Order: sequence, then C-alpha cells, then structure tokens
Amino acid sequence: MAKQIVILGGGTGGTMTANRLRRRFDEDEAEVHVVDRDDRHVYQPGLLFVPFGLTGVEDIVRPRARQLRKGITFHEQAVESVEPERDRVLLEDGTALPYDVLVIATGARLQPEETEGLTGPGWNERAFTFYTPEGAERLRQALDWFDGGRIVVNLVDMPIKCPVAPLEFTFLTDWFLRENGVRSRTELVYATPLDAAFTKPVASEHLAGLLEEKEIELVTELNAGEVDGVGGKLIGYDGREVDFDLLVTVPLHGGAEYLERSPGLADALGFVPTDTSTLQATASPNVFALGDATDLPASKAGSVTHFEAEVLTENVERHLAGKELVAGFDGHANCFIETGFHKALLIDFNYDTEPLPGHYPSAFGLPLLKESRLNHLGKLMFQWVYWHALLPGRDIPGIGPEMPTRGKKLTART
Amino acid sequence: MATTLIADAPVDVDDEGFLTDPAQWNEAIAEAIARENGIPQLTDRHWLVVRFMRERYLATGMAPSIRALGKESGVPVKELYELFPKGPAKLAAKIGGIPKPKGCI
Repeated sequence: MAKQIVILGGGTGGTMTANRLRRRFDEDEAEVHVVDRDDRHVYQPGLLFVPFGLTGVEDIVRPRARQLRKGITFHEQAVESVEPERDRVLLEDGTALPYDVLVIATGARLQPEETEGLTGPGWNERAFTFYTPEGAERLRQALDWFDGGRIVVNLVDMPIKCPVAPLEFTFLTDWFLRENGVRSRTELVYATPLDAAFTKPVASEHLAGLLEEKEIELVTELNAGEVDGVGGKLIGYDGREVDFDLLVTVPLHGGAEYLERSPGLADALGFVPTDTSTLQATASPNVFALGDATDLPASKAGSVTHFEAEVLTENVERHLAGKELVAGFDGHANCFIETGFHKALLIDFNYDTEPLPGHYPSAFGLPLLKESRLNHLGKLMFQWVYWHALLPGRDIPGIGPEMPTRGKKLTART
Repeated sequence: MATTLIADAPVDVDDEGFLTDPAQWNEAIAEAIARENGIPQLTDRHWLVVRFMRERYLATGMAPSIRALGKESGVPVKELYELFPKGPAKLAAKIGGIPKPKGCI
C-alpha cells in the first residue's frame, strides 16, 4: 500500500518538500498531502518593498495549489490538532488524515497582541508592521502621507522571520525619505533588544559605519513591554521610553496555533523542537519539521528552509526505508540585505561560521559583506528564482545545502 | 578573548566578560560574576533563571530570549527585571557561563 506523507503548511518549506518528495516517489509508493488554511502563497521577501511602493501586494501573492506538482493532494483546511501517538492529523472540518510521515512546515505566527497596547488605539494608524500583506499596504499609505517627524523601527524580541529585515526596512526608509525630500525633517530610530545593530564580530567590523553614514539613531537593549499608540510612546520593561510619530514594529513570533493543541510537539513559544542536523522532530521518529516552524538556532529565512528541504526529503525517504538518517544540515543561510540607493549586501553563514567577507558561492561570485549594485539586482531577481526554481524543488547548480568556504576570507580570529 | 581568574578558577572570557566555554563554569564563578554586576547575593529565584538559561543553551545551542524566559522559567518578565536590573537575558547568560545572545549579523 502507498505510504501516506502529510505536510502541514503550503508555504516555502511545505511546497518545496512536497514537490521534492513527489519526484522521489512513484504515486503507488507514496501519497503526498499538503494542508493549508488558505490558498494565498505570499512571497514574503517582497513584503519589504511594499511600503515604498516598489511592488504591490498582488505582485507577490500566488495560489498555493498552483505551486504544487501533479499528483499532490491539496487540502484547503485549517489544522485542528496533531495526535502523534495515533499518527494522524485532525482538520477543522473533522476529517482525520492518517500519516506514515508528518512534515511540519507551518511557519511562524505574528503575535502583536502579546505586547501590551500594541494592537490597541493607534494600531495601523501610528503603529504598523510590514510583516503581513495588509500591514505592509497600510504602512505604504502612511509613508505616502508622511511629512516629517520621528520614525521608530523596533523588533520586539527574537526570534523573528528574516532577522535582518528590520534593518533593511530602516535603510530603505532613509533612502525613500531622501528621494522624497523629507529626510531632513525626520528623525529615524532603530530600536533593538540586542546590544548592537550588528552583533557578529566580523559583520560589525565591516558594517559599523552604515548607521552613522545614514544618520540613523540607535537604541540598544530595549525590550519593548508596552506601546502607547495615542501618546506615541514605546516603553521598555526597564522603564525607558522612546517617542515616535510613526512606529514600525516587528511583533513577537510564535508557532502555529494548532501546535498548542497537539501534545508534546511544540515548546512554550509554539516552535517545534527539532534535531539540528537531521530535521527529525524530537517528539516522534516519523515527524519532521523545517523552516520557521522549528526551534533550530538558525535564521528563520527562506534560504535556510531551502537548504533544509534537501536534507529533510532525503531523511524522509531514509526513514520510510528503515535506513539511518543523514546529519546533513549545518545551519547554512544566506541573505541579501537591501541598504537603499539600489545597493545591497550579501551574507552567508551557518551554525558555526559567522558571516565573512569574500565572494559567494566561489571566488567569482557575488561580493559578501559589502554594498554593491550586483547584490541588489540579485535580490530583485530572486523572486523569479523563488517561484520557478526553489518551490518546484530544482537544485541550483553550485548552491548546495552545505556552506561553501571557497571564496571566503577565513582569517583566523583571536 | 583572554584567560582570567574568576573565583580562583582560570576561565576564557570574551571582551565583555562572557565565558566562551560553558564547561569551565561553576557556582562559585556564577556568584563572583553576579557580585561584580551589582547582585550581592544570588537568591533561589536568581538561580532558577540562571539554571534554566544554562540548561536551555546546552540543550539547544541558543540562549532563550527574555520572552522565552518569562514564559518558561516560571519567573515573569517584570520580576526578571527586578532580579537582573537592565538586561535580564544578557546578565543571566553571563552569570550562567554561556555566550552572549546574538543576532544573525
């Protein structure tokens, strides 16, 4: 009988995994099911550009089902819960989906309501987030009308999706305001719970000047506990107050809600405890997880998910064949970081190696840790790569799951 | 990075005094770091947080954030700030002998 593979989540990780598994198994060997509560697949890196009118929400959303290969069953249903001890998933309409292997790819959920006052008066009027299509569109309208004042960009606490996005947003805001002639009437503030904008030694050495150059005020070690959206105050747990006319927040993140109703699958924040190198969930040998849904100490980013998908599909096949899993994932991530003025940085790193200068993926590749126009073009081109190569699960020549060291300046540090 | 003596034990620390090798840690070191950072005496509540922090780091490779501490350690965020003034996650990490919490860049 065909094995049942159930994948929860039809986003980046779920789609890639489904397409890769569909190619690995004949249809009489395995059925592949994907469950998602809606049919809107958002190209999330595009959200960063929406507030500046550089792209529209309609340009970054496509139907989920259309990204799945033939032979994959798509269920447009919310998940009620998972019963790992009975190997089945309960859907909201009462359907039970039994599985031989379960893949959790339901990403991270935004929880602005967990910060006192944030979603109260002033939400989407003075306080915004660009982490949802609706929020990004509201923020676009607000920035359109913005005529000077104090803009505060704040990430409430780690972990967040795309940890560099708040910085990128700040850089792009600086550029946008200069283009529109209102930068001289604007104070731009970046407020972070970490103790610096750049916390990795080599990156901070190379990028320390960026904030000063762009006249961005830095507030560090601010753990935002409360927002007063009418009075325009961001208030830290330590009592510090940061005034704003316009707040751009990256709210707290947690795992999907059904995980709270699924015994033993998630930690207190709703993330799935997962083996750092095999991607098997600690809860059960036939459960795997990838992407933003896991508790891995890796960045919550599409590139990470892509590298994970290669290892995860291999391990699902091995698990079904009763073979030993491969410890193939090394935490590899790479990200383009928009810095405004048609330039971007590129960083590449893993669990053990911090972002280093040099070139990626080899000596003749894109410059690392350095602003360049080429990286900006790379970031723009990436949307095409996402829909046409990453989601279908095609391998990109020269870009493998393990972090490359060729082309990097691996200078010894003391 | 440098080697220094804390509570008569040689330990490797970074520029800001965070231990770089959690295996070199012991309770006397924790108390010495606490005193140096304005906490004269570690109470049971302090220890609860410090141990939680350390165990979580050793198990997952990542220090929990202030929010995870508030949810999972059994000590609410407001109290965390009373116990570890200024930056609870950072100070508890330092006392617990684990590296400083970092972002990705």
